Amino acid sequence: METRNLICINCPMGCPLEVTIENGEVTNVTGNTCPRGAAYAKKEVTAPTRIVTSSVRVSGSQNGAVMVSCKTASDIPKGKIFDIVRAIKDVTVACPVHIGDVVMANVADTGVDMIATKEVL
Amino acid sequence: MYDVVIIGAGVTGCAIARYLSRYQVNACVIEKDEDVCTGTSKANSAIVHAGFDAANGSLMAKFNVKGSEMMPALSKELDFPYDMCGSLVVCVAEEELPKLQALYENGVKNGVKGLEIVDRAKLLEMEPNISDAAVAALWAPTGAIVCPFNLTIALAENAAVNGVEFKFNTEVANIEKQADGTFKVIAKDGTVIESKAVVNAAGVYSDVFHNMMSEKKIQIVPRKGEYLLLDHNTDGFVKHTVFQLPGKYGKGVLVSPTVHRNTIVGPTATDIDDPEGTNTTAEGLQEVIEKSAIAVKDVPTRQTITSFAGLRAHEVSHEFVLGEVAENPGYFDAAGIESPGLSSSPAIGEYMSDLIAEKLGLEKDPTFVGVRKGIVKAEELSKEERNELIKANPAYGQIICRCESISEGEIIDAIRRPVGAKSLDGIKRRVRAGMGRCQAGFCSPRVIEILARELGVEQSEITKSGGDSKIIVGVVKDRI
Amino acid sequence: MENYNIVIIGGGPAGLAAAVAAYDAGERSILILERDSQLGGILNQCIHNGFGLHTFKEELTGPEYAKRYADQVVERNIEYRLNTMVMDISKDKVVTAMNRTDGMFDIQAKAVILAMGCRERSRGALNIPGYRPAGIYSAGTAQRLVNIEGYMPGRKVVILGSGDIGLIMARRMTLEGAEVQVVAELMPYSGGLKRNIVQCLNDFNIPLKLSHTVVDIEGKERVTGITIAEVDSRNKPIPGTEEHYECDTLLLSCGLLPENELSRNAGVEISRITNGPTVNESLETSIPGVFAAGNVLHVHDLVDFVSEEAAAAGRNAVAFVNGELAQDTEGEIALTVEGGPRYTVPSTIDPKKMTDQLTVRFRVGSVMKNKWVNVYIDDEKVIRKKRQVMAPGEMEEVVLKKSMFENHADAKRISIRVEEA
Repeated sequence: METRNLICINCPMGCPLEVTIENGEVTNVTGNTCPRGAAYAKKEVTAPTRIVTSSVRVSGSQNGAVMVSCKTASDIPKGKIFDIVRAIKDVTVACPVHIGDVVMANVADTGVDMIATKEVL
Repeated sequence: MYDVVIIGAGVTGCAIARYLSRYQVNACVIEKDEDVCTGTSKANSAIVHAGFDAANGSLMAKFNVKGSEMMPALSKELDFPYDMCGSLVVCVAEEELPKLQALYENGVKNGVKGLEIVDRAKLLEMEPNISDAAVAALWAPTGAIVCPFNLTIALAENAAVNGVEFKFNTEVANIEKQADGTFKVIAKDGTVIESKAVVNAAGVYSDVFHNMMSEKKIQIVPRKGEYLLLDHNTDGFVKHTVFQLPGKYGKGVLVSPTVHRNTIVGPTATDIDDPEGTNTTAEGLQEVIEKSAIAVKDVPTRQTITSFAGLRAHEVSHEFVLGEVAENPGYFDAAGIESPGLSSSPAIGEYMSDLIAEKLGLEKDPTFVGVRKGIVKAEELSKEERNELIKANPAYGQIICRCESISEGEIIDAIRRPVGAKSLDGIKRRVRAGMGRCQAGFCSPRVIEILARELGVEQSEITKSGGDSKIIVGVVKDRI
Repeated sequence: MENYNIVIIGGGPAGLAAAVAAYDAGERSILILERDSQLGGILNQCIHNGFGLHTFKEELTGPEYAKRYADQVVERNIEYRLNTMVMDISKDKVVTAMNRTDGMFDIQAKAVILAMGCRERSRGALNIPGYRPAGIYSAGTAQRLVNIEGYMPGRKVVILGSGDIGLIMARRMTLEGAEVQVVAELMPYSGGLKRNIVQCLNDFNIPLKLSHTVVDIEGKERVTGITIAEVDSRNKPIPGTEEHYECDTLLLSCGLLPENELSRNAGVEISRITNGPTVNESLETSIPGVFAAGNVLHVHDLVDFVSEEAAAAGRNAVAFVNGELAQDTEGEIALTVEGGPRYTVPSTIDPKKMTDQLTVRFRVGSVMKNKWVNVYIDDEKVIRKKRQVMAPGEMEEVVLKKSMFENHADAKRISIRVEEA
């Protein structure tokens, strides 16, 4: 049996979690104040994931903007963070861009799209 | 072939250039940095001393008093901020009163007008925050404060308008005297500049350039002074420049208003070896804070917006070295210009330029324009004047530096005028954008944009202060 | 002179939320003055996620959160002027502003809402010794350069201060290809949210050195190195603990300061602790009809609470304009703090002017574990709240109910006490 201490990153409360692991399975989580904490703890010790936020270049902006911010539409495996950044390195999107527009589909073969988080006209 | 080459674009070099431009002369100022006013001239107390301090009979005394007298009219002719707020030298011990009296007498001998010893009651009336220990003070009504940047910049601009050239990023490596009596000034990059006369106004390097041409060696020991600059919200904390009675290391720590409504506190006085050693130290800053309390109580040093260190070009004999080098006619020194160098600068400029003109037989230039209009100070305009300005040029309606309320129009002017700004610090010294309480946190990206656009270069080329002081080192993900 | 019932200074999250709430409370004469070229304020450069969990029950990035409010402003046809700098506010609520097209102009407001936000503490204010080369940025300046302009401000980075922007920038710089070597924090605890330490530092193996500060900056043109040292309990560097880092960049994330120069000039009373206006339960400052909300009032951790606070200010401003906000101060009770909290916002409460529920926010002065946060009206304990951990980096709140004052017609004192469990 193994215990691990984590800080929940779901919300700004940052609950201190204690996770009990037996034979690679999470058997108990304490310290969480909501069910999302327990879910986070299970995922974090087995297959941690993150949202990646970044920005890519735009062309043809009316007001001279050069970048548009973007994020993965849902969380992706933590180990893939840098693959995603590399994948969008040379992406340029044409204006207008709206929130939610796909900047790059299936980014770094994660099955998740990179989507714009800002409107750039 | 130039008539005159001036080494160094500090306040001394620029003053010589400006007064020299009254003559029909082919002159050039050579500066190792990217702008005027980047060394000693930019980091000092910003004071025009009345002239009571320098030893009677010294060049320092003579030029200080003369410079101080010239400054009010010059500030109007060249449009730079100057305020004759008066200064006080505070005595905090009864037993030191004779020293205060001696200072008074020295000042009278030097020809300083209006000096008076004031008692504690009067002092308290003049400066409510004066130390409880203060017993009396020497009051010098002609003591003043000045913007050292805009004094130097105004002198340079006016010189340039009157035909003096400026070469920046040009560091002099060597000077050779030719058989015909002229000079070859050789820069580090190999550029050769020929001139009939050369002026050494090289600040902390003035010993190097003197010693190249003279067997009578001088030695500059850079003397570091550390300062704190306090927020505008301390405006009025002191109304006059408050000195402590001088000690072994110069004038002690002063507390003074600045022409830009800040309060300045400092300096320390530490002799160092490195003529580029303008770093502040924890000990130095602590010393400033502690010593500030000697003459003034509860100095609000918590309101510090920046700290900095400057180097005085202290010559070991503590005297200005002015004039022609005996062994090398045509080679002139303005060396060892430490405090009161800023105060003396117009007098030094006038004296040196007359000396050089006489040597070269220069004629007065009838087309000389002795008046310069500075960058508009929008803040000082009425609402109507300001609206006229914005109507004529909308850039004056766009505030870039929030802390000091500096508009895009003022920044563009700082770039476009003669001897214009090329860097963030160049902008800061000319119009104060970035000199406020946020210390350029908000405005620097905007100023970089404007500089790049005006100078026609990439934003990544813009520097803080020339050389390798780049702000931007690449684009995002370029090394991923 | 132009006239508006409510003029809002700042179109960031506080200004936008105040405007929307004022509109929804029936006011139509509203003007937002914004100095930047778009609404949304600093959120536009905060491209990371983590915003909006309270307000929208989903995790948004800064620009998305800003857009939601900006859209509400646009949908309601609330007037706003961009690229407009407010130069002065008089005590009579004449707002003087300036922009390229209108020049300098005056607006007479019936009520003013201060929503100017905050700025970062600079290197100068920190008195860090050393040279003054290029390569020293506040974390927010670096954030703008990277996220908005697409530039790298440096390659090898040391960060001083563990405020949230510093932590966020540690991750941003890392993801854009820089090497963040260390985050040094003067205090024995982090100034940022715990989750940011996990996902911005731990995820990338960036060490956080608590009780450390920068003691020297090297480099005459560009930063070439930084020396940090451990500090003692009085925050003085301990000789012999110096560690040198070769780097080209120092980012500073050492605290945020409410931007109250306009408020000060107007004569608004400023708290020495928060550096923001002192306000009553209506978020009204010492000048009747001048309200404050968001980071200009006190620096928040979460934008959601900025919006909530600003909405209250917006509604109260409408009540003021309509003459429905009592202007007597007789019933005003001071909030006092004991055992940990450094201040409260608001600092006074008049029960008769209270809404049914009133959130009182505060910060503690040091890390505290297993404590009770108790609220007393006179000597009656009206709220008890268990807190496992409280830290200066995380804002606390208690919610007072109007009903709690029913048995205290003549209450003299409201106190928030941190007490032993």
